[in-house]
Amino acid sequence: MRQIDAGLITESVKKMVMEANYFLPEDVYSTIKEAQDKEEWQLASDILDKILQNADIAKNDQVPMCQDTGMAVVFVEMGQEVSIVNGYIEDAINQGIREGYEEGYLRKSVVGDPLNRVNTKDNTPGIIHYSIVPGDKLKITVAPKGFGSENMSRLKMLKPAEGLEGVKDFVLETVELAGPNPCPPIVVGVGIGGTMEKAAFLAKKSLMRSFDSYNENPFYADLEKELLEKINELGIGPQGFGGKTTALRVFIEYYPTHIAGLPVAVNIQCHAARHKEVVL
Amino acid sequence: MKKLTTPLKVEDLKDLKAGDNVTITGYIYTARDAAHKRLVELLEEGKELPIDLEGAIIYYVGPTPAREGEPIGSAGPTTSYRMDSYTPQLLDQGLLGMIGKGKRSQEVKDKIVEKGAVYFAAIGGAAALIKKAIKSAEIVAYEDLGAEAIRKIYVEDFPVTVVNDAHGNDLYQSGRKEYLQWLKEN
Repeated sequence: MRQIDAGLITESVKKMVMEANYFLPEDVYSTIKEAQDKEEWQLASDILDKILQNADIAKNDQVPMCQDTGMAVVFVEMGQEVSIVNGYIEDAINQGIREGYEEGYLRKSVVGDPLNRVNTKDNTPGIIHYSIVPGDKLKITVAPKGFGSENMSRLKMLKPAEGLEGVKDFVLETVELAGPNPCPPIVVGVGIGGTMEKAAFLAKKSLMRSFDSYNENPFYADLEKELLEKINELGIGPQGFGGKTTALRVFIEYYPTHIAGLPVAVNIQCHAARHKEVVL
Repeated sequence: MKKLTTPLKVEDLKDLKAGDNVTITGYIYTARDAAHKRLVELLEEGKELPIDLEGAIIYYVGPTPAREGEPIGSAGPTTSYRMDSYTPQLLDQGLLGMIGKGKRSQEVKDKIVEKGAVYFAAIGGAAALIKKAIKSAEIVAYEDLGAEAIRKIYVEDFPVTVVNDAHGNDLYQSGRKEYLQWLKEN
């Protein structure tokens, strides 16, 4: 067994929550720049320019690009030959979130109970997803998720008979209903299949993908391209003021499902598509 | 570019049209979900509000903590519809301007017309950029709410866009329509 110290996990998570909030990933930045070059509607182009300026300021001044520094979503892929020493992994991750949000001047946006709503004042707990994988490495991805876009996300248990058209309609309907609210241009994460929670998980997980990636299955890769084109025909545009650039990317992940079901989840992400990863 | 200073007067707003770019200079208040709930609870109990809303602008924002020597952290708009159920009562108290992002309810839009008020959008996610327009900030109520406390902030040339004007226009409908029409013709 390879041993990894819990303190190293805390340090890594702390660094990642800060960096994710200050530095817009390069692939996201260049995709917004490309969209701006292609955007012929002046108001839309001006807004994309402001979004890029904002990313530059955040990077240079090391300040959060958005005041909603999110709830910390963490994906852990743990090699089955890894053993964590000197602490419990979940405590180590939450400690990293606690220290990073404090030292990084990030907003504490978590309430301890959804109905009684008292702020936990340290942005914990995070939303932590674990998977056990082959090998002796530990991969941690941190994605601060803002709720302007999270609130516009939806899930539906379609009938198998609704098929491909049903999925397309549901994705487009979700983007239409969201309109200007989730700070377009958006990234659209779609999870299809599995069970109710699996579809939601896949939708979230898809948002971690690189902007130059498509689904490995050509059928789903084509569907990603087709949906992006259809979304950008809606005319919602940056901030909902009209324009071509409503979405930057559509990411789809799928999974086997039951003979009676066709779950589909759509997780909306704003243009601040923040995530950082580390392999320990 | 039109320039507005606070406090607002109804006459200042009657020529504003959905889609206009405007800059705002002067003191404005910040408030979001929890502060709105408390303000409206006070009104329902017949009590006095901790802030004077006559001609005021409320900016829907929960900023990040300020670094040493700075008035405020990053401070972009939050989504406005969550304030919709409280907004008409605040407009009745003399509130004339709101800054946020995203759609408002029909009830709020109607009340904006009735009162001659205005709803502006700031660019969602441009929080580091907007921070530069905020010159001072002071908590004036509900300090226990942290980021959600009511702050009185001084803004200089804060850039916003008119979404809902006093004549019932809505940029989220008209902007998209104009773009799609232009696309068809070009």
